[in-house]
Amino acid sequence: MYTLAGEPKRLPAQAPESDTVELELRHFSSEQARTVQAACARILPTDDSGPGATEAGVIIYIDRQLAGPYGRDARRYTKGPWITDGWVGHGYQGKENPREIYEAGIESLGSEFADLDEEQQDARLTAVEDSLFFGMLRGHTIEGMFCDPLHGGNADLIGWQMLGFPGPVMSYKDSIEDYGKPYRPAPKSLEQIVGHPVKGMEDEDA
Amino acid sequence: MKTRKPVDVVIAGGGWTGLLMAQEIATRTSLKVVVLERGPNRSIFDYMAGMDEVDYRIRSKMMQNAADETITHRHSTDKRAVPVRQYGSFRPGTGVGGSGEHWTGFAYRYMPETFRLQSHFAERYDAKQLPENLDVRDWGITWADIEPDYYRAEKLMGVGGIAGNLRGELNREGNIFEGERQHDFPLPPHKATYAMTVAAAAARETGWTPYQPPVATLTASYTNPHGVSRAGCEYCGYCSSYGCMIGAKSQPTNVLLPILQQQDNFELRPQSWVRRVLHKDGQATGVLYMDENGEEVTQPAEIVVLAGFTIPNIRMLLLSKIGAEYDPQSGHGTLGRRFTQQTGKVTGGPKIVFQEPLNLFMGAGGLAVKISDYDRDGASDETGEFLRSGNFGFGAGGSPPIRGFNAAPPGSSRRNWGSEWKKANLEHYDRVVSVHGMDAEHLSYRQNFADLDPTYTDKWGDPLLRLTLDFTEHEIRQSKFTAKVLERFAAAVARAGKAKLVERPFGMPGDGHYASSLYQTTHLQGGAAMGTSADDSVVNTHLQHWDAPNLWVLGASSFPQAGSTNPTLSALAVTYRAADALIDRYLKRPGLVG
Repeated sequence: MYTLAGEPKRLPAQAPESDTVELELRHFSSEQARTVQAACARILPTDDSGPGATEAGVIIYIDRQLAGPYGRDARRYTKGPWITDGWVGHGYQGKENPREIYEAGIESLGSEFADLDEEQQDARLTAVEDSLFFGMLRGHTIEGMFCDPLHGGNADLIGWQMLGFPGPVMSYKDSIEDYGKPYRPAPKSLEQIVGHPVKGMEDEDA
Repeated sequence: MKTRKPVDVVIAGGGWTGLLMAQEIATRTSLKVVVLERGPNRSIFDYMAGMDEVDYRIRSKMMQNAADETITHRHSTDKRAVPVRQYGSFRPGTGVGGSGEHWTGFAYRYMPETFRLQSHFAERYDAKQLPENLDVRDWGITWADIEPDYYRAEKLMGVGGIAGNLRGELNREGNIFEGERQHDFPLPPHKATYAMTVAAAAARETGWTPYQPPVATLTASYTNPHGVSRAGCEYCGYCSSYGCMIGAKSQPTNVLLPILQQQDNFELRPQSWVRRVLHKDGQATGVLYMDENGEEVTQPAEIVVLAGFTIPNIRMLLLSKIGAEYDPQSGHGTLGRRFTQQTGKVTGGPKIVFQEPLNLFMGAGGLAVKISDYDRDGASDETGEFLRSGNFGFGAGGSPPIRGFNAAPPGSSRRNWGSEWKKANLEHYDRVVSVHGMDAEHLSYRQNFADLDPTYTDKWGDPLLRLTLDFTEHEIRQSKFTAKVLERFAAAVARAGKAKLVERPFGMPGDGHYASSLYQTTHLQGGAAMGTSADDSVVNTHLQHWDAPNLWVLGASSFPQAGSTNPTLSALAVTYRAADALIDRYLKRPGLVG
């Protein structure tokens, strides 16, 4: 089990009397999740500009993606021979899938990473800034912050509220020509718009 | 292994061309038509809850699974080919409807010269002025031949736009550089976003003629000649990479399937992966495929139609050993020859920062301002001489939040993560636009071709298709020209929008070499090119295979070189032409249609 600390009333699965959200981890160990959550919080920190990766539950998003088909490279060509010394324009040619890249990346940050102060954490992240792992982690942090909540991130639409993104609104026909008028209603999730829960690819696979 | 009951026509591929051919045969004859589609079945109900950026845009839910089949790529025959492990430079779709489900919906015609490019060059240049190893050809059909079929395809889908050249009369609200149309568009153009009005004003100020491109996302409710009625676009912004949840974007599942499903002589078999065309004594006898249970099935047929994407069409002919494989050393053979992409691509470039939010999440796939002032023969200037160019513009396809977040121009923060970066992106959210790259004609060359890879195989153990493809000085000059034009355009847009221009140099994807991992376009063309001679082409101008008259090979694989615009409408137009030849002539007198 993994505890997502922060504001209450965030996810529909939450028990009403609880002030935390308890979600079962699908992939990470608790220690790994602590490290990843701490790293995500340095990529999109909680600061005076608004909530960050922690409040959005980015760790839950990443955990589910890695547990699902994406994590095991179900949609990448994985037959050998592996040519890893070729031209960079051929794209990522490594054997390691996202789960394995995270595994090694988390190790490279050190087991005490979550307990370091922010400056120390930033120094460690800076040291791996150019790695495949960091590129992935950074991309996934943005995804988990601003995805539809059906994927476990953007809890309580906190990322969309911060941006001013209205969600998957079905029609802008009557507002697209309101030039100069920012369209900023309270955001809605896909589930709220279509009226029923929607499963992500990671859930279909589970 | 089992053998199914023989049918009249078997079609491999359930996308735009396969289902259009099926519609024409099934509604105009009593022949029994079976379409085999290797991907899953799809319908509008699948898309109603599909407005999800992660699964559709980022994880490419609508696209082919590279784990099942991909391609390999090398720059030249002396290099080792490397597999494309994740689709990058192009994104082929799968499932019923094929790429026609997730497409953007630009419904352009090609330029009239494209169809007779070899003659066109011969009229204008000495042989020594042309690039080395140039291999362009005339298609064997002219603008006058194809123009009526373009119009049929426009009516089928309900294309919206403003005619720029209607029977010789020019209208500067439309594309005045387009080939002469005999009919107006079935529908008017889309509504415009604010940023589009700025981009159009900037283009006019520069002396160009901006227009809204032809779109197959319905701009109003529409009933096509077959009686299929659909609603107009709502500008939700979930368009390219997604299926349309209201059926406004023309897709094979909402345009063609409604008619086909009423036909007793039509059968669709999804999850049926065709591996070989069976043939004997110069006639196709059927296909061999793997069914949904992974069981091998033989489907005998009187007529076989290949209607896959460019890649599987070429590969199927190679695997089935039909036709003469191209040998770049000797110049003999035709199959795999004249393989093209589209060019004029750039990376980077300036960012235009508006003072006010723009509602960039609103939009439609084909919603754009386009400029075709250079869609013609090239210029000679400081970027160097080149032969052909293309069109460019400003898109309003809808910017979803994950992509939309990271919009701050370069230099806004010291690093691309952390508090400073987050603040810069929040500050810039929904205010930053850029102008986008050219779709230019890629000429065919003798050294660019496709064959079977000797090492890598697909999930059934069949060899992958290997592309030998690189850019020449000509394509590099096309990109340099794009960069120059776009710099002018970006500066003009910034002025017109009272916006800040943040300079950033342009680059070229792959630094001038074709990069299989970087998105360019999904407009792969050629490899099973059409022509007027069996020695120099794979199919005739009716898309009938020279070596097996009951085998038809549809789609953009038949284009001897790339056009400068999106190829879907052209693929549909030549399919109409093929369907007419098959139904009106071949069935009466089997054999090559002359």
